Amino acid sequence: MNLGPEISQAFIVCISAVFTQNILLAYFLGLCPFLGVSREVKTATGLGLAVIFVLTSTCMLNWLVYHYILVLLGLEFFRFILFIIIIAAFVQLVEMVLDRYSPFLYQKLGVFLPLITVNCAILGASLFMVIRDYSFIVTIGYGFGSGLGWFLAIMAMAGIRQKLANDRIPQGLQGPGITLIIAGLMALAFMGFSGVLQGR
Amino acid sequence: MKSETRKIISDGLWNNNPIFRQVLGICSTLAVTNLLANTVVMCVALIFTLSLSAATVSMLRRFTPRNIRMMVETLIIAFYVIVVDLVLKAYWPEMSTNLGPYVGLIITNCIVMGRCEACGNINPPAHSFLDGLFNALGYSFVLLIIATIRELFGMGTFLGYPMPYFSGPYWDKWIVMVAPPGAFFTLAVVTWVFRSFEIRRENKSK
Repeated sequence: MNLGPEISQAFIVCISAVFTQNILLAYFLGLCPFLGVSREVKTATGLGLAVIFVLTSTCMLNWLVYHYILVLLGLEFFRFILFIIIIAAFVQLVEMVLDRYSPFLYQKLGVFLPLITVNCAILGASLFMVIRDYSFIVTIGYGFGSGLGWFLAIMAMAGIRQKLANDRIPQGLQGPGITLIIAGLMALAFMGFSGVLQGR
Repeated sequence: MKSETRKIISDGLWNNNPIFRQVLGICSTLAVTNLLANTVVMCVALIFTLSLSAATVSMLRRFTPRNIRMMVETLIIAFYVIVVDLVLKAYWPEMSTNLGPYVGLIITNCIVMGRCEACGNINPPAHSFLDGLFNALGYSFVLLIIATIRELFGMGTFLGYPMPYFSGPYWDKWIVMVAPPGAFFTLAVVTWVFRSFEIRRENKSK
C-alpha cells in the first residue's frame, strides 16, 4: 500500500485545521472553556495541551470504533452515544493513569481533564471526521491539527486578556463581551490565512 | 405556585438568561446563526431536547446513583438528540446536511447539561420541565435576534426573502457578517446592549 498521498493529505488537513478551518474560530466549538478559562496564560496552556492530547487520541479511537463496529453492524445513528461514552471513558482513564504514574503531569493537566469531557470541540471533531469521511491517517492529522488550533487560539486570547486586565472597558462589555470581540478580531486574522491553502 | 411559575419564566427569559447572563451553550449554535431558517430549526431542536431531558432527569432523580449522575444525564440528552437527528434526516434531509454535526453537538451544549444539573436534579418534573422550556426560549430569542441581524446585513434577506432596502443597490452587503467573525461581533454587541439595560436598572433601584 502506498501511503505517500495519504500522508501528504493528512499534512494539508492538519495545517488547514490549525489555521484556515480553526475549530474554535471558524466552527465555534469549545467556546465555553475558551471564554471561561482564558484569564491566565498558565492555565490556558495546561488546558490547551490537555485538549491537543485528548482530541488526537479520541479522534483515532472513535474512527476505529465507527468504522470497525458501527458501520459493520449498521448502527451509525448510535454514534452520538458511543462517541460521548468513549470520550468520557478515555478522559477518566487518562486521569487515573496520570494520577498513578506521573504526579507532575497530573498536577499540570489533571484539573482540566474533567472539564474536557463536556468540551464540544472534542465531540465536534469526531463528528466532522465522520461527516467528511476521512481515512485513518488523515484523521490523525485532523485531530492533531484541530487540537493545536484550539491551543493556539486560547493561548493568544489568554495573552491578550492579561494585557487587558488594567484597561478601562465599558461596564456592559466586561467579561464575555470584550472576549467575544477579541475572538472576532482573531477570527478575522485567521481568515487571512485562507490564501495559504488555495487551489487545494 | 403562581408566583413560583412566574419566577421561573422571568429567570429563564431575562434575569438569568442562558446567553447574556450565564454565557453557556453558545458553542454549537452560534455556527448556524448565519441563516435565520437554520437557527429556527436549531432552536426548536434545542427547546425539545432541553425541556424533555430536564423533565426526564428529574423523574429519574431518585433512582440515579450520585456518582454516575453525569453519565446518566448525558445518555438521556443523547437519546433526545438522536430522536431529533433521525426525524430531521427522515423528513428534511437538506436541513440535516445544512446543520451538519451541530445537531449532534446539542449533547455537549453546556446549557442542557447545566439546567439538568442545576434544576432537574433537585426539583419535581413539572418544575424542571418549565425551567428547561423557558431557559431554552430565553436562549432561542437571543439567537433569533443574532441570526436576523446577520442574515439581513450579510445577505440582505430575511428568511430567504429579499428585503426592500438591504438587497438593493444602495446596500453594500457586509460579507463579514455571514462569515465566522460576524457571529462573534454580533453576539458581543447583543450581550453589551442587554447587559447595559440590566446595569441601568440596577443603578436606578439603588
